[in-house]
Amino acid sequence: MSPTEFKPVLLGRVGKPDSQSLATYRADGGYEALAKSLKMANTEVIDLVKNSGLRGRGGAGFPTGLKWTFLPKDVQGPIYLCINGDESEPGTFNNRVLIEEDPHQVLEGIVISSFATRATTAYFYLRYEYGRCYRALQKAVDEMYANNLLGKNILGSGYDLDIYLHRGACAYICGEETGLIESLEGKRAWPRIKPPFPAIEGAFRRPTVVNNVETMACIPHIINHGAEWFQSMGVPKDPNNPRDAGSYGPKLYCISGHVNKPGLVELPMGISARDLIDQHAGGVWKGRKAKAVIPGGLSMGFMTNAELDTPLDFNGPGRVGCLGLGTAAVVVIDDHTSMVDVLYNACRFFAHESCGQCTPCREGTAWSTKILERIREGKGKLSDIDLLMEIANSIGTIPGTTICGLADGAAWPIKTAINKFRGEFEEYIKSGRRSESLALAGAH
Amino acid sequence: MVKVKVNDIEVDADPKDNCILAARKAGIEIPHYCWHESLSVVASCRMCLVEVGETKPDGTVAMGPKLVPGCQTPIKEGTIIRTDSSKVKTSQQMTLELLLLNHPLDCSICDQAGECYLQDYTYKYGKAHSRLDEPKIQREDKYHIGEQIALFTDRCVMCTRCVRFTREISGTAELQVVARGSHEEIDVFPETPCNNKLAGNVVDLCPVGALCSKDFLYKKRVWWLKHADSVCTGCSTGCSVQVDQNDNKVYRLRPRENPQAQGHFMCDEGRFGFKYIHDERRIKYPRLKNPPSNVNATARSTAPSDLSFADPWPTVLAEARKRIHSAIQNDPSGFVVVLSPFMTVEEAYLLASYIKGIDARTKLTLGPVPVVGSDDLYPKGPKGESPAAGKVKFTIRAEKCPNRNGIEAILRHFEGSVIHAESLGKSSASAWFVVGGSSSGWVNEKIDQAVGTPSLLIVQDIFPSPLSERADVVFAAGSFAERDGTYVNHAGLAQSTHASIRPPEEARADGRILMDLAGRAGLFNAMALRKEIGTKIPELSAIATGDLGEHGVRLAKFVNHTAAAKSS
Repeated sequence: MSPTEFKPVLLGRVGKPDSQSLATYRADGGYEALAKSLKMANTEVIDLVKNSGLRGRGGAGFPTGLKWTFLPKDVQGPIYLCINGDESEPGTFNNRVLIEEDPHQVLEGIVISSFATRATTAYFYLRYEYGRCYRALQKAVDEMYANNLLGKNILGSGYDLDIYLHRGACAYICGEETGLIESLEGKRAWPRIKPPFPAIEGAFRRPTVVNNVETMACIPHIINHGAEWFQSMGVPKDPNNPRDAGSYGPKLYCISGHVNKPGLVELPMGISARDLIDQHAGGVWKGRKAKAVIPGGLSMGFMTNAELDTPLDFNGPGRVGCLGLGTAAVVVIDDHTSMVDVLYNACRFFAHESCGQCTPCREGTAWSTKILERIREGKGKLSDIDLLMEIANSIGTIPGTTICGLADGAAWPIKTAINKFRGEFEEYIKSGRRSESLALAGAH
Repeated sequence: MVKVKVNDIEVDADPKDNCILAARKAGIEIPHYCWHESLSVVASCRMCLVEVGETKPDGTVAMGPKLVPGCQTPIKEGTIIRTDSSKVKTSQQMTLELLLLNHPLDCSICDQAGECYLQDYTYKYGKAHSRLDEPKIQREDKYHIGEQIALFTDRCVMCTRCVRFTREISGTAELQVVARGSHEEIDVFPETPCNNKLAGNVVDLCPVGALCSKDFLYKKRVWWLKHADSVCTGCSTGCSVQVDQNDNKVYRLRPRENPQAQGHFMCDEGRFGFKYIHDERRIKYPRLKNPPSNVNATARSTAPSDLSFADPWPTVLAEARKRIHSAIQNDPSGFVVVLSPFMTVEEAYLLASYIKGIDARTKLTLGPVPVVGSDDLYPKGPKGESPAAGKVKFTIRAEKCPNRNGIEAILRHFEGSVIHAESLGKSSASAWFVVGGSSSGWVNEKIDQAVGTPSLLIVQDIFPSPLSERADVVFAAGSFAERDGTYVNHAGLAQSTHASIRPPEEARADGRILMDLAGRAGLFNAMALRKEIGTKIPELSAIATGDLGEHGVRLAKFVNHTAAAKSS
């Protein structure tokens, strides 16, 4: 299936009149997947999702079905499903469109996933700033309760589920799996140390699964069309890499930055960044060239123009030194922009959003911001470049110095910017010029 | 027990230990800030990062790919811990450099200097200079944290030990972290200062100079302080404490870790309650009413004017001995000794064996046992309620004396039963030897009336009281900080306390007074006396070892008789 003849799956109903309502959703075949899965055994649903090769859309790309199987087998008492709708990775806005335009698709996925994981309560953790999403969701949830799609004995199956909408605490760290759980419990969103992992001890010390909104939106389609259909899209497993789980299914790419037509595009996994920009975003603006592209949210780091043919699947960005696919939020930076300014904005964001729990992240992100601020003032030293690299190399879960991955996300823009654009940094420092561009207004 | 290897040193460790504890057993320090044995693990300071691996069954060693926090990482058979690799050392250097980024480096005016983990670790594991070129973040000092606590905000390393303490141990949860990232600070919730009864512990918990005790602030450089192991006499919990003194003045009390007694902490009542030992009103001179005519007049005239009848010790002791003997001769069963629950076991033994040695018909009794309210249990619930049984982490006991159980054991041995002096009724005896030792007015109406105006009244105390006012002989005694001895706490734990300062002026530690009074040869030696007591009194046989160690020893088959009587 070539990208040109691809028919959007997740965004299939977006833009249709009254797409948020239960009536139109049902008219389009909505909740058939739910009825179908309620007749299956919950383990069959898990196996189906597992076989589809669906990987979490939140950033890390962990296989969803596998995550569900980590729940303890003979558990007494409640299991919780948390939906991570705290979409705050810079450049990312796919959850927002999914929720605002087609909330029932997401909610159907949630009910099916809850049924599969035997969860009796689902907490929808929604980014606070998403007011329209909240209202759309609440309306949809009310409709569901009124139509026996939530509450007791859903569709006569004997399965009970309640969904709570929880508006977030306005912080990037609330999107971290365990930070989200802490925040949901009413605490400061300080990520927890693992083990225990949430599947064993999560929200309210109960077994918990945390899934992304886009992941949930995929579920009804997998139930309806089967695992093979899902695997017909995307990039198959690398036969030479036994640990590769493949990159299957449709993916929402958020395109922003210096392009002519920013927006949200749904495509099968694996399109190259260059095609995405040229064919789906109208190319780089003002006839300029892309200098750097962020492949999947700010924390993934930068790709150079020469690396733009990299496929945007779960493995592609990693091959060119980026952290991964992340949220597939592509941000294009044109060749008139200084990487020093770009990196400064990145560091400023992470320093602002560091929760402050682990010393390396708390101090390291703030320090690198201060150094870049000084460089931007024309007071940089060549040794600053190595110092920035040293800081970046010593923070994060990859060297093992922090609890969560925020610091890795803070380190990657620094590492990739300096590795790939070192000459520009050196030239900037030697010139001693001051940056004329204003810092982006308040991060997050 | 499992075998682990720390830097090639093999040790036996408890499978429940984390890497820090296992390394400690091998004599190797893993530096840490946020981890504390009695608090939950947060693994956030990242100072304790080490390399951990394991020995595979085939004998090969597999080290983990990344650094792990020693506090959070459990051990098992064959675990290998490395704290000396270049990876670990580089990480320690980096963490310290980061911790010091916004630290003001004001050691010269910091109270913590000398016992500061930032100083110590930087010296041992850090590097000499910082690469920070930018201005540091400056923050306001916070004197509103608590009545006894000041926060020097910019010295804080955000280990959150204090926050966890108020949530997990005191349960009062006044402290919190405000703001985020490098701007975050410790603070109290609005209008809820940290004034709970355990608040002072956050100062000890603070590994750096951020939380300081207002009471001790700028009073003394810690390296001038000399330390003595002691026991808090504030209640029958008997917290192990360390008395810090310089030049015969006690500056502070700090809890000494003792899993047998109280754990790591102590209450503020005990912590700040030692001030009375330097009170001007203390009895500082022995004295005699109606001194014998042969007393050296010059000695009396050189005594301070406000104590017109202060007398030299040899005179007082000789006269007291004479009067005791004659009183017992006249009316042996009318001679009553009141032992105080503030005395040590050794002192009570000396006095009891001396008096009973003169005549077995004399009567030994127990003086007033101060009880205030009921036991105060921690952690408190959200509404201030006491924790459920089994969840108690700290108890401030209602019984406000250290050694009722020890004294009762002495009484049961010498008298057969415990007679309460207060129950004796009005003017019930012709001669009294009353020992006090309490920090506050312990003489109540009952004991005052029981004593009445006997033909002989000897009072051994540290503060004037209605009894000492009318006493024929007053022995100026020592406070807890001035004596050696043994206290038996509510649970039958016998702990030794050590003198840290000299008694004021002419006052003497009770043990010394009683040694001389009883005419025993030699100096007061608590250890030798413990051996003697242990062999003579079966109930106290556990202390026969003499040296009770840092943590004390538990009495065998101990029964807290008062508690047992109450519950039945």
